[in-house]
Amino acid sequence: MTAAKMISSAGESGQVTLARRDGSITALEFTGTWVHGAKVEPVEQVIKALGTSPKPHRLLLQSRNLGAWDSRLPTYLIKILDYCRQQGIEADSSGLPEGVQGLLRLARAVPERAGARRTAQPTPMLAEIGKAVLNGFKDAKGLVGFIGEVILAGGTLLRRQARFRWVDLLLCIQETGPGALAIVTLISLLVGLILAFVGAVQLAMFGAQIYIADLVGLGTVREMGALMTAVIMSGRTGAAYAAQLGTMNVNSEIDALKTMGISPMEFLVLPRMLALIVMMPLLGLYADFMGILGGALVTVSAFDVSLVQYYNETRRAVHLPDFGIGIVKCLVFAALIATAGCMRGMQCGRSASAVGDAATAAVVNSIVYIVVADSLITLICNRLGI
Amino acid sequence: MAYGDFVIQRNLDFTIDHGDVFIIMGGSGCGKSTLLKHLIGLQRPAKGDVFYDERSLWQADPEERQRIMRRIGVLYQSGALWSSMTLAENVALPLSEFTDMSPAEISDIVSYKLALVGLAGFEDYYPSEISGGMQKRAGLARAMALDPEILFFDEPSAGLDPVSARLLDDLIINLRDTLGTTIVVVTHELASIFAIGNNSVFLDPETKTMLATGSPQNLLAESKDPKIIRFLTRGESDVHEPAA
Repeated sequence: MTAAKMISSAGESGQVTLARRDGSITALEFTGTWVHGAKVEPVEQVIKALGTSPKPHRLLLQSRNLGAWDSRLPTYLIKILDYCRQQGIEADSSGLPEGVQGLLRLARAVPERAGARRTAQPTPMLAEIGKAVLNGFKDAKGLVGFIGEVILAGGTLLRRQARFRWVDLLLCIQETGPGALAIVTLISLLVGLILAFVGAVQLAMFGAQIYIADLVGLGTVREMGALMTAVIMSGRTGAAYAAQLGTMNVNSEIDALKTMGISPMEFLVLPRMLALIVMMPLLGLYADFMGILGGALVTVSAFDVSLVQYYNETRRAVHLPDFGIGIVKCLVFAALIATAGCMRGMQCGRSASAVGDAATAAVVNSIVYIVVADSLITLICNRLGI
Repeated sequence: MAYGDFVIQRNLDFTIDHGDVFIIMGGSGCGKSTLLKHLIGLQRPAKGDVFYDERSLWQADPEERQRIMRRIGVLYQSGALWSSMTLAENVALPLSEFTDMSPAEISDIVSYKLALVGLAGFEDYYPSEISGGMQKRAGLARAMALDPEILFFDEPSAGLDPVSARLLDDLIINLRDTLGTTIVVVTHELASIFAIGNNSVFLDPETKTMLATGSPQNLLAESKDPKIIRFLTRGESDVHEPAA
């Protein structure tokens, strides 16, 4: 056929001429080169020309001195044939090369399946809002259902009937805890540093640099240590959980567990949730100390406070209950991150993009949950005067 | 069977006898895999039920359903091995969860099952380290771990070369003959259908129901329905001899 003529050829052109034969017969004659890039009259104009003249009964499709052709010619012809069918014109393509006829037959061999074509209908805004609300309800229902399943799985754990492998739990703990030390160190050290600088600018104005220790100490232990760790873990671990479980769903690994009679909630979700809930408070405490260290670095080096003074001031300001609040927050955040990550993973669709969506949704959800929960806990602590 | 409002198939009624090699066949998109999901307890039918020896799968309480499902083994299309475990751990998991065998006994059984599917020596490989065909065979070893009474295969020969596909067919027949396992296969591979099937159901996507049930040879010889004949002869309806 036209294998040699695959490259687009500028400067070449194909012609189509409309000739009226006796009475009710019209002929379309194709000449020249019909390849991608060749100059060709737009098919709409040909159809328009067909439409303006008195309607023929028969349309002869013919070729003369037809040079190279590729998919361009059949697509052109299909448009004309479609038009003919709509208008009830009998089209005769026997005057075309054998190859073109074969391709046209092939393109029409399987009729379009009724209802298969998607029709894009613009949805009114009210419907969009309604859909969003319904989706919100569905999400909420999914969340409640998931939490219920987690609690049931937790029950089997307490009754020592949960089916999961301890080695999986240890692997998750390794991955969640020690694996995150480096980034937690970096972020919390820098946050401590930033807090110290922000406070120092104000406190130095009336010579109260020593109170930087109070600010940094209370700020990290009660608030920033837990919050920053949670944000890191939602990006690091929450997303990983969603992606892992999502991929397992795509590979039918979760189906395989179910048909084996092993609950994926116990086997996959439980170790992951446990690992995060165990490791988060430890990471949070570690972040607290790193934050205080960061604050000390700034205060001691730039604001004429000795390390001992800083240490004593921190001890005076920060008490055990403050650490308690930080740890409680860490526990709550851990549960929220693990829930969001595992839920999105388990609900994941069966395609590569669905896994990406699941990971994104896991991070976005967990950060929203974290910030809302943090505000609530802070508010409650404030009211109770802790 | 339906997804939401979209009905895939309706009015399905067929019986699989013990010791059958039962084929679920039909054109692409007719709901073969969906039917399988209903049979193995992954998806609740919109209406109707599945019975194992007179016992309902979907009316049963979860524990009863678990008990029924423990009698079956499933080979998924892609093998669906647990990617974080070695082949040996994959096969061993059901054994260690549902039997009280000692680790040594389990390891013996694992080696035996892997040897059955031609994977002796691959115990410590991870699924990502072996080829697709090997993953599928390892998946079969896992499905057979608990010596199930019924084995389900989802497109066993998809993605296998003709020789491996033939070997898998031989293995299926062997399992049936030696262990008396009932086999249910979802496939549209004509060669397999005629080589191993002795009972079948034909699903049609257009009328959304089953067109016939019976042995593939009988269907080809006796069916009057042009759709079935077309399917069983690769569209060359004038040929009346089985292809395999």
